[in-house]
Amino acid sequence: MAQRPDPVTRNAGIIAAGLTVAVVLAACIGIATRAEPGGFGPGDWAAIRFTVVQAVLSAALSVLLAVPLARALARRRFFGHGLLVMLLGVPFILPVIVAVIGLLAIFGRNGVLNGMLGALGLPELSIYGLHGVVLAHVFFNLPMATRLLLQGWQAIPAERFRLAAQLGLTPRAVTRTLEWPLLRQIAPGAFALIFVICLTSFAVALTLGGGPKATTIELAIYQTFRYDFDLTRAALLSLVQLVLAGGAALVALWVIPQVSIGGGMDRVPQRWDARGGIQRWGDMAIIALGAGFLLLPLGAVVIRGLIGLPQMPGVVWQSAWISLQVAALSVVILLILALPMAGWIAGKPSGGVEAIGLFGLSASPLMIGTGWFILLNPVVDPVALALPLTALVNALMALPFALRIIVPRLRDTLQDYGRLSATLGQSGASLWRWVILPRIRPQIGFSAGLTGALSVGDLGVIALFADPDRVTLPLQMYRLMGAYRMEAAAGAALLLLVMALGVFWACERGGRMHVAD
Amino acid sequence: MRHLTLAAVTTLVTTAALADTPVLTVYAGDYFTSEWGPGPVVEAEFEKVCDCDLQFSTGDLLPRLLLEGKRTKADVVIGLTSDLTARARATGLFAPHGQDNSALTLPIDWTDDTFLPFNYGHTAFIYNDTLMENPPESFDALLAMPDDVKIVIQDPRTSISGLALVLWVQAIYGDKAQEAWTKLAPKILTVTKDWSSSYGMFTDGEADMVLSYTTSPAYHMFAEDDFTKHAAIFPEGHYFMVETVAKVADTKVPELADQFMAFVMSETFQRKIPTANWSLPAALPQNQWPEGWSKLDLPEKVLFYNETEAAAVQEKAIEAWRSALTQ
Repeated sequence: MAQRPDPVTRNAGIIAAGLTVAVVLAACIGIATRAEPGGFGPGDWAAIRFTVVQAVLSAALSVLLAVPLARALARRRFFGHGLLVMLLGVPFILPVIVAVIGLLAIFGRNGVLNGMLGALGLPELSIYGLHGVVLAHVFFNLPMATRLLLQGWQAIPAERFRLAAQLGLTPRAVTRTLEWPLLRQIAPGAFALIFVICLTSFAVALTLGGGPKATTIELAIYQTFRYDFDLTRAALLSLVQLVLAGGAALVALWVIPQVSIGGGMDRVPQRWDARGGIQRWGDMAIIALGAGFLLLPLGAVVIRGLIGLPQMPGVVWQSAWISLQVAALSVVILLILALPMAGWIAGKPSGGVEAIGLFGLSASPLMIGTGWFILLNPVVDPVALALPLTALVNALMALPFALRIIVPRLRDTLQDYGRLSATLGQSGASLWRWVILPRIRPQIGFSAGLTGALSVGDLGVIALFADPDRVTLPLQMYRLMGAYRMEAAAGAALLLLVMALGVFWACERGGRMHVAD
Repeated sequence: MRHLTLAAVTTLVTTAALADTPVLTVYAGDYFTSEWGPGPVVEAEFEKVCDCDLQFSTGDLLPRLLLEGKRTKADVVIGLTSDLTARARATGLFAPHGQDNSALTLPIDWTDDTFLPFNYGHTAFIYNDTLMENPPESFDALLAMPDDVKIVIQDPRTSISGLALVLWVQAIYGDKAQEAWTKLAPKILTVTKDWSSSYGMFTDGEADMVLSYTTSPAYHMFAEDDFTKHAAIFPEGHYFMVETVAKVADTKVPELADQFMAFVMSETFQRKIPTANWSLPAALPQNQWPEGWSKLDLPEKVLFYNETEAAAVQEKAIEAWRSALTQ
């Protein structure tokens, strides 16, 4: 039996994981100090049920639809392929409020789709209800699932496909021997991740859910803060959310089998198995459908934003600059946490520790914000720390994505090069410098881009205690909407979209410089 | 070199002057201090007369006060709505406002000596007359409209206007509130978390009517020259909504706080309210409202539960809404 490479960053990894847990637990303790005896409120059980149902449906549908889309994108090379792949990733990093505007412009009552149905004399389709919530979640998470799968496909060395072609394997056989093991490795984790994202969803569920039937746990937590200020109920609901998410994570990580793709020469793969006409047209149709679904709402945001841009007041630019700083800080925090943790996890046979990453995401940002407010208030002015705290919460939210993206590649790297490196006496910093970092650079860039983009669009803990002089872009957009400036807000939404995309592009580009198209 | 010394001395002097200037910390809702809210003009006008530095601190007012308790840095809290006053009062943080309630020009009697109203409005459904030719003329008529008329409302558990709506329905229909909600339910396109999301959906043409305020058309009229948006006025009456200001008892600058409370009642402040806050001033007779404002469609009958009455019916009113809409 082959010896596993030693964990590269065991101590640092344990410290990073410990910090992550501590941030969440400290917030819980903060709230617990103020809680009084109490229990669930009316409708809380219905909210828990609804949350689970929509999260399962959303995650399943996102992963199922992502398989053909990622496969088609992996098999085809065409002009603008790289750009399309990047654009298809945009919905995931889109601020929720912006995405809802785009979705309504296409699927809403007054949207493009119903306009076309009306012109054809067909009845109106309503987006509001459980299906609307699921549609929105698939819109957000299909890109994530697609990217995770596509990265898996791209991680199969080109030599494998060449060998398959030389052996004359049929497309079906290629699927079975090369693609299926990969799906089994990536799909459960992607499902768990999306399930957890959808568990904590709240703004989408409200607008497209059509009424109090579509109440999620996160929304119920928000209600307890706004309406009853019942911290006990808030803490209980947060706990339910943590347990659900943690359970999902453990189950998913437990069922992921170990698959090693094997080392290659890092050539760009050619797909001899997918040259048939039917496959070609099928792939192109799938890509066209996926692109339409994901890009049309974005186009609507852009058009509305361009109309509103002239009305956007100058102060919005200041907010954009502040949001950029928050994003940069959250990327730094993320990398400090994610890299040692990834190194630790990758050296272990099973990914149980990865569940810690999901811990941060499944904790309600509102709960973390409030808990830390209670803890900090006696010592310092929490308002002064509003922005660093936002960056920290954003980094925690992005941590599971970063781990999901970095760990598989890092694990493969260690398995393929670990023993060789050990023989050559490379360890610690030099192992990272010469073997690991060059290999996981695209994954680091992707994670950093994701974190920065999510952070740009997140309203986060700001709502409870904002510094009036340092307003982030999403908050400024809400302020514009609150002051009837809907068109100017659409302009700000476009700026938000461009910034999220810009941050993502810059980080990802930095990570993928060496990959030739 | 001399210039540098001069600059340094000037800096020192101004810093010292700043350090001596008393600071009045005012907690306000987030919308209040934005460039488009009344905050900047209030700050500028008050600092002209107070020889002080007015500093706003924004956030969710009540949760923040409850979390901070006695440690609060606020000297004055502005923007507490009437549904929050009961719990704000229970914190014991506030002192009497010291102003004369008889100077108020509200459509209801106000006897509270702690929370002082500074602006008001009423709940109303807003429509666009180019898209809706026959708006409902009463709440009953609204309930009887065909189900393809779509309205957007706000969640009473997360939004003040949403809460005012369920109290409005409760005030009109009493024990039959749930029946009323059942009739309205098919016409409700969706329920949003806050007012601005709803209003955005209305201006985008996604909904025919939106739950908002009787003063909303004023923004379109005076800021956009758009005369197509109207509030549907119902003879059953409209629910009264008010925002208040209160003085914190433990303030270290009580005189300044008192001066601010008096300033809120002044004509300078009250005249700014309509166009900065898009609501009606609480202490300014109608004939002194800005040009055109008295032409706004306002209800003749006003419905209102004071905080004790509201506390008694609130749970019931929300539950009627929730159970009718989850069926």
